[in-house]
Amino acid sequence: MALEKQRFDTLILGAGGAGLNAALQLANANLKVAVVSKVFPTRSHTVAAQGGVNAALANVLPDNWHWHMFDTVKGSDYLGDQDAIEYMCREAIPTVYELEHNGVPFSRLDNGKIYQRAFGGQSQNFGGDQAARTCAAADRTGHAILHTLYQQNIRAKTHFFDEYFAADLIQDQEGIILGALVLDIATGKPLLIEAKTTLLATGGCGQVFRTTSNAHINTGDGKAMILRAGLPLMDMEFFQFHPTGIAGKGMLITEGVRGEGGYLINKDGERFMEKYAPNAKDLASRDVVARSIVTEVREGRGCGPEADHVMLKVNHLDEAVIAKRLPGIRESSKIFAGVDPVKDPIPVFPTAHYVMGGIPTDRFGRVMPTSDDDGDHLPGLYAAGECACASVHGANRLGGNSLLDILVFGRLAGKNIIDYVKDNPSHRPLDEANVEWAMGRLGRWDTKGEGITVSDLRKEFRKTMEDHAGVFRVEDMMQEGVEKVRAIREKLADVRLTDHSSTFNTNRTEALELENMIDVGLSIATSALHRKESRGAHSRPDYPKRDDAKWMKHTLYWQEGDKLEYKGVRSQPLTVESFPPKERVY
Amino acid sequence: MMIPESELKNIERLRWQCRRGMLELDVLLEAFLDQHYEMLSPRLQRHFLQLLEFPDPVIHSWCVGGENPDDEEFVELVDSIRATSVA
Repeated sequence: MALEKQRFDTLILGAGGAGLNAALQLANANLKVAVVSKVFPTRSHTVAAQGGVNAALANVLPDNWHWHMFDTVKGSDYLGDQDAIEYMCREAIPTVYELEHNGVPFSRLDNGKIYQRAFGGQSQNFGGDQAARTCAAADRTGHAILHTLYQQNIRAKTHFFDEYFAADLIQDQEGIILGALVLDIATGKPLLIEAKTTLLATGGCGQVFRTTSNAHINTGDGKAMILRAGLPLMDMEFFQFHPTGIAGKGMLITEGVRGEGGYLINKDGERFMEKYAPNAKDLASRDVVARSIVTEVREGRGCGPEADHVMLKVNHLDEAVIAKRLPGIRESSKIFAGVDPVKDPIPVFPTAHYVMGGIPTDRFGRVMPTSDDDGDHLPGLYAAGECACASVHGANRLGGNSLLDILVFGRLAGKNIIDYVKDNPSHRPLDEANVEWAMGRLGRWDTKGEGITVSDLRKEFRKTMEDHAGVFRVEDMMQEGVEKVRAIREKLADVRLTDHSSTFNTNRTEALELENMIDVGLSIATSALHRKESRGAHSRPDYPKRDDAKWMKHTLYWQEGDKLEYKGVRSQPLTVESFPPKERVY
Repeated sequence: MMIPESELKNIERLRWQCRRGMLELDVLLEAFLDQHYEMLSPRLQRHFLQLLEFPDPVIHSWCVGGENPDDEEFVELVDSIRATSVA
C-alpha cells in the first residue's frame, strides 16, 4: 500500500504553548500550517502550568526588562546566552499584550491593568527589593493560554492532526529537514507530511526519571528525533528537581507545606535537615533539600519496605491550618500516597520537574547544528519551548520564565518562518531512502514472538536514570549509570509488543516513546558525567564549586558514538553591557 | 450528546483519552479505567466519556481538588473516581 503524503508550508510537532503560538503567527499570515499532536491540543502539558508569565510591565511595582534580564542571567548561574535573554525579556512585554488582545483572561488590578504577582528570584534594580513581574490568569494560566491559542488557531484555519504520533524527521542528503513521518494513533496508519519548514515544539522529557511531576506525554519525542537525525542536544545535564514529590508517583507537594511548619524525617524519626542546613533547615534551597533527601536514602535511613523515600511530617499542625493554608494537599496525599497528612506523614522523594537543556537554537528559534561559535543555523528547521535550548535558562530556570520561553520563542520562530517561506517557496525533493529508513523503524515493531515487555524495560530504565543521573551525581555511580543505560539501549532490540492491533495501540505508542526516552536519557547521563563542576541544577559533591575557568561553556551531545563537544556561552547582550559572573547568593 | 454503544466498549481509545496534560489525571483516570470502568452501568460509562471531554483543570478540581460538579449527574461518577486505588 502506497504511503499517504500531504504537503504544508510548515509542519509543527507539538501543540503546547510554543507550537500553538507559532502556528497562530503562521496561519494569520495565510501560510498552510499543520500541527501534529499525540493528544488533543488542550491536553498538552502547558495546561499544568499554574504560576504565570514573567514580563516587566511595571503594573504593581516599578520594573523594566533590564532588571528582568539581570535576574534571568543570575538565575541561569551565568550559563544562559545573554543575547537570547535580553531578547526574551524585551519581547516578553509585546508577547503578553498580544496574548491579552487574543483573549487570555489575565487577572486584573482595580485600575484594569494586568495583575502581577511576586515570585522568588525577581528583583528591582539589579538585585534590590522584591519585584512583582508574573502575569497570571488565576491559578489556571497555562490552561487559559492554551485554550485561547487553540481557539484562535481554529479561527485562523490551522490544520490539526490530533492523536498523531510523530515518529521521525525526514531529511535529504544535505541534512535539510523535509518534514516528518507520523502515525495516526486511531488507525495505526503512517502518513508522510512534507513541509518547507519544520518546528519542533514537543515539550519536556521528565518521564525519563522514575519520579517526575511531568505528565505521561513528556517523553522527549522531539529531542530524540533530533538525535536520530544526526543533530545535537545542548546542556542536557541541567535538570530541575523539586525536593518533595509524592514518593514513587511524582506529584508535587508544594514548598508551602514546609513554609507552614512541615518538616522532613528519616526512618528513625530524625529531623535530618538540621544536619545539612542548621539555619534554614527544611526551608533551605531546593537543590540542598533534594540532595539531603537522597543522601538519607543512600545511607540507609530511608523509609518504607524498600527504604527508598523519606517522610514529610505535617500531622503536628492544626487540622484547620492544613485545610486553610494548604488546600489540595490533603486530598492529593490521600489519593496518591494513601495517607491522610492530618494523621500520618507523607512519603516524599525529589521529583524531576523541568529540563533546561534541549535542541540548540539561536534567538529566532533556528536550530544550530554545530559547536562552532560562529556557526550557521540549519535552514528551515526550528525548535521552541521546553524541547529547545535558546539558551535562556542556562543551568537553572526562574519561576515564571518557562511559560515566557515557550510563548516568546514560539512567536518569534513563527515570524521567522514567514520570512523563510517567502524566500524559499518550493518543496525540496524527497529522499526516498530516508523515508524507507523511517518506515523500517516503525515496521520493526511488527516483529512477533517472545521478548522483553515495554513496561519491564521502561521500569528498569527510569529507575536507572533516577539512581545514576538524578539528584545525586558522583563520578563512579554516574559512570556506572552511563554503562547501564547503554546496556538498556542494546536491550531495546529484544523488546516485543504484546499487542499488534492497529487501532489505538497504546502498547506500540509506548514502545516508540520508550525508544525516545532511552535516547534522551543517554544524552542526560553522558552530559552530566563529563561536567566536572557544580552549577545551577547540576550538583556534583565531588566537584562542589562552579568552575568558570573550565566550564563556562555549553555541552553538545551527539548520539553517534555518544560524542560530546563544547561551545562558548554568548555573554555579550544585544544592546547593553554584559553581566559578569558572580557568586549566586539569594 | 448521544454516545453510541460501540464507543463505550472501545477501551483502547478510552485509554488514550486518559492521557492528559497533568500527571495526577494520567494516573487517576487510567487506574479508574482499569479497575472500575467495565463494571459501571452504561449510564455511568457515558458520563465517564463525557467527563473526558472537560478541560484538565476542571477534571482536576473535581477528582483531586475536592470540588463537586454542578451537574448532579456527575457526582456519583466523580465519587468513584476519587475512591480509585492508586497509592
